[in-house]
Amino acid sequence: MNFAVLQFPASNCDQDALHVVKNVLGQSARFVWHKENSLAGMDAVIVPGGFSYGDYLRTGAIARFSPIMQAVQAFAARGGPVLGICNGFQILCEAGLLPGALIRNRSLQFRCEHIFLKIAAHDSPFTSKIPEGKLLRLPIAHGEGCYFADDATVEKLQANRQILWQYVNAAGEATERSNPNGSLRNIAGICNEARNVAGLMPHPERASEPLLGSADGLLIFESLLAWLQAKVAQAA
Amino acid sequence: MKAKIIVTPKKAVLDPQGKTVANALEQMGYKGIGAVHVGKYLEIDLPAGDKESWRGRLEEACRKILSNPVIEDYQVEIE
Repeated sequence: MNFAVLQFPASNCDQDALHVVKNVLGQSARFVWHKENSLAGMDAVIVPGGFSYGDYLRTGAIARFSPIMQAVQAFAARGGPVLGICNGFQILCEAGLLPGALIRNRSLQFRCEHIFLKIAAHDSPFTSKIPEGKLLRLPIAHGEGCYFADDATVEKLQANRQILWQYVNAAGEATERSNPNGSLRNIAGICNEARNVAGLMPHPERASEPLLGSADGLLIFESLLAWLQAKVAQAA
Repeated sequence: MKAKIIVTPKKAVLDPQGKTVANALEQMGYKGIGAVHVGKYLEIDLPAGDKESWRGRLEEACRKILSNPVIEDYQVEIE
């Protein structure tokens, strides 16, 4: 499978994402510079973390007008899977590909630590291979990760099972204390209604090998790969 | 001509920055102040021309990029 890893000025998790797809997942991947305008031949798109455009104006606000984002819109509209990680999640929200917004952490602190995630919905290309009941231990590193949307939107997310990942404690409970940034309903990541576009604040690409302290993140990439392979098998 | 644009967090959105500033002011002895909201101020130089047409264009820019309507309100003044 061919993965595109987007690069904006000041993306800084692009190398990690490419490394995981190529060397851990064993797939083909290439960087796509934000000035490019085609995703031809790509099977999946990763919008990596970082501080695109220095977070000027709002996180992700300027990156979303980069030429490549038009191609991402079209790719997503055709049903292609798009995964936004951290700043990538912020960019997808700004672009309207995902509902809501990420705002300043409630504590006002930049949080850089490992957290636990519960899988709130397994029926998505990004979570299907994660064993039932398994908690993911992943790092977070963000100052603007507090998920916000109006009540109607959050109700809709819940009703459609679009909340994929929630911050929990080691016992798997979504408590106030286990919520590192004040996100509504402990939301760490969501998908769109069609389920092919997802974003999350934690960094699975930084926790995909045991050497890094956790390989739980790989389950997300493996889910995506299995989904792509199933799609190809179905088409054949 | 000059446009002055003020972007503020919507009242329904948690504004931890505003709350922290309010607490600091209170501690410094500025008793009795109400809620504080921290926003952004943009000044844009414009060529002389039709004020109302610029207002329309800048309001569009506010909706598209200068503010995020999910979390922010904006005001455009042209003078």
